[in-house]
Amino acid sequence: MSKRLVEVRDVSVVFHKKAMFKKTRTVEAVKSVSFGIDTGETLGLVGESGSGKSTTGRAVLKLVPVASGDITVAGQNLTDLNGRALRRARRRMQMVFQDPYSSLDPSATVAASISEPLMVHDHVSARAARTRALELIELVGLRASHADRYPYEFSGGQRQRIAIARAIALNPDFIVCDEAVSALDVSTQNQVINLLERLRTEFDLAYLFIAHDLAIVRHISHRVAVMYLGRIVESGPAERVYNEPAHPYTQALLSAIPNPSPHRRSERRIVLAGEVPDPARPPSGCPFRTRCAFAMDICAERMPEHTAIDGGGEVACHLQTSGPELSGAPLGDLTAAAIRPA
Amino acid sequence: MTQNQGLHSTEPPIMTAGTMPRPKKPEEPAVRRRRAGRFGQLARRFAGNKPALAGGVLLFVILVVTMGAPLFAPYTPEQINIADRLSGPTPAHWLGTDALGRDTLSRLLFGGQVSLAASALSVAIATLIGLPLGILAGYVGRGPDWLLNRASDILMTFPALVLTIAIIAVVGPGLTTAMISLGIVYSARLFRVIRSATLVVRQEVYIEASISIGTPGRTILLRRILPNVLPPLLIQISFLLASALLAEVTISLLGLGALPPTASWGSMLGQAFAEIRGTPSLAVFPGIAIALATLSFNLVGDGLRDSFGRATRKAEG
Repeated sequence: MSKRLVEVRDVSVVFHKKAMFKKTRTVEAVKSVSFGIDTGETLGLVGESGSGKSTTGRAVLKLVPVASGDITVAGQNLTDLNGRALRRARRRMQMVFQDPYSSLDPSATVAASISEPLMVHDHVSARAARTRALELIELVGLRASHADRYPYEFSGGQRQRIAIARAIALNPDFIVCDEAVSALDVSTQNQVINLLERLRTEFDLAYLFIAHDLAIVRHISHRVAVMYLGRIVESGPAERVYNEPAHPYTQALLSAIPNPSPHRRSERRIVLAGEVPDPARPPSGCPFRTRCAFAMDICAERMPEHTAIDGGGEVACHLQTSGPELSGAPLGDLTAAAIRPA
Repeated sequence: MTQNQGLHSTEPPIMTAGTMPRPKKPEEPAVRRRRAGRFGQLARRFAGNKPALAGGVLLFVILVVTMGAPLFAPYTPEQINIADRLSGPTPAHWLGTDALGRDTLSRLLFGGQVSLAASALSVAIATLIGLPLGILAGYVGRGPDWLLNRASDILMTFPALVLTIAIIAVVGPGLTTAMISLGIVYSARLFRVIRSATLVVRQEVYIEASISIGTPGRTILLRRILPNVLPPLLIQISFLLASALLAEVTISLLGLGALPPTASWGSMLGQAFAEIRGTPSLAVFPGIAIALATLSFNLVGDGLRDSFGRATRKAEG
C-alpha cells in the first residue's frame, strides 16, 4: 500500500567559504547521502550538531544548492528544477523550522501567515484564504479568535502549531521537520509530537524528522538514519537501530540516552573521545575512525561500503565487512579487546 | 503584560467553584481592538513616552496652524503697508511688521507652509530613491549592491549643502530645485539605513520559510521585507525632516531658495538681517518657529526609535 514518495540518491552539498586574502575553503557538508521515504512514513534523521542533518533536510527541499545527486519527490525530479517550476513543486513539500520565534513574520497576523501558501499557490481570494486559515487554526488546536493576533502574543508551542498549520495548508505529501520540537519544553514537545502524529495518519503525510533528541526520534519514527560528519553511517527500522545498533557511533549515541530504570544502570555508557573533526578537513577513510574504539588500519584507508545487515537497514562500517567477528551480527556482541588484544 | 493580567482576572475565583457550577470561561474579548496590532502597540508605547508625546503634539499644532494659515492669518503674507513698517509687536500686528509693513505673524504662518512643504518634498524624494534601492541592494547583494554602495559613497563624500548649492549654481536659484537636489543627496543616507536593515531581515528564518513555501521573490520583498524595514525608515524620515528644514532655512537665508515675495522661514530670517539693529524681533520669531519645528521632528524621531526598540526587544524575549 505504501509507495515510495521521496527518493534521495547520492546527494552532496558543498559550501564555499570566501575570505579576503585567503584561499576559498570548501566544506562538503553532506556527502553522497541516499535515503527513501514512503507515503505516510516518518524517517528520523539523527546526529550531533554539525553532522549535516539540517543541511540534508534543506537540500531535499532545494533550499540550499545541491552539488550532485538526484532528488525525487512524488515522482517529480527536483534536481534540475529552478525558478518558477521549483516554486510550483514546493506545494507538495513543506518545512517546519526549529525556532518558532523566528519562523513567523512578526509583522503579519497569524491568519496572514497561514494564508501565505494558499494565496501563492491556489491564487484564492483573501476571503477564501481566511476561511481556510480559520479551519487550519482549529485543526492544530488553537482557537479561531486567535486569527488576528500577532506572533509575539503566543507561546513557543502555540507558535509551532501556527507554523504547522501553515505547512499543511496546501495538503502537501511531505514535510521536513527540522528540529521542530527542540526549542520547546518537554510537556509542549509531547503535545506538538502528538499533533504531528495525528496529522500524519489523517492526511497520509510523510515526515523527514530531524532531531538530536534520540528518545523523541524513536517514538515518532518508523525508520531512522544516523549521520556523522555529512554521511549516513547507519540506517534501518527504528526498533532494530535502537535495540541492536550496528555502527560504533550509533552505539555511543544510544548509550548517551539517560536511562531511568535502576536495573539497567549497569549498562556501559560510551563516552566518545575528542571532538567532531573539522568538516573542512575530514579524516581519510571512515570519518568516524578518529573517535572509534574499534578503529583498524583499513579504516584510515577506505570509506566503508553500505552493507545490508540482519534485522533490516544498512551500515557503513569495516567491522561488518573486513573484521572477521561481525558479518551482520549486532555490535553488542563485540568488545574492543576482541579486536585489539592488549 | 497588562493585557494578560486582564485576561486572568476574568476567570472566576476558585473559591466559589465548589458550591455552584463553575461558570463558563467568558469568550476572549473582541478581536477588533487587536487589528491595530503591532502599530497599535507602538502607538500606546509612544504615548507613554512624555518627550515623544510632547513632540507629537507640538508637530500637530505646527501642522494645523501652518496648513490652516488662510483661516488663522490676520492678513495676507504679501500685503504691503508702508505706514506701519517695522512696527514691532502691536495689537494690530501681534508679532510686528517687516521693512515693507507686511504682517510677521501672517508671513510666519504662510512661510511655514513653504518651509515644511519644501522639507517634505526633499525627504519624499530621498525615500522614493533610497527605499527601493536600499531593499534591492540588501536583498539581491552581489553586483547591484556593490554598484549602489559606491554610488552612495560618492554622494556622501560631499557635504549636503555644498552639493546643493553647486547644483543651484548650475540650474539657477529656486526652492523646488534646491529641495529636489537635497533629496537626491539625502537618498544616499536613507539608502544606507534601509540596506543594512534589509540585510538583517533577509537572514531571518521567516524569509527562508517564505522561500520554502514557494512565494515569489517580489512578494517576499513587498510582504515580508518591506513591513519589517518600516521602523528604521520612519525613524530616519523624522530626523531627515528636521535636517531638511534647516537646509531650507540655510538655502533661503542665502537667497538661493524661496524667491521674493514668497515668504519662507529661511527667507524671513535672511530679510531680518538688514533690520537686525532697529527691529531684532524680526529675526526672533522665525528663529523660534524653526527651533520648535526642528525640536518636534527630533522628539518624534527619538520617541519612535525608543518605541520600536522596545517592541523589537519584547518580540524577541
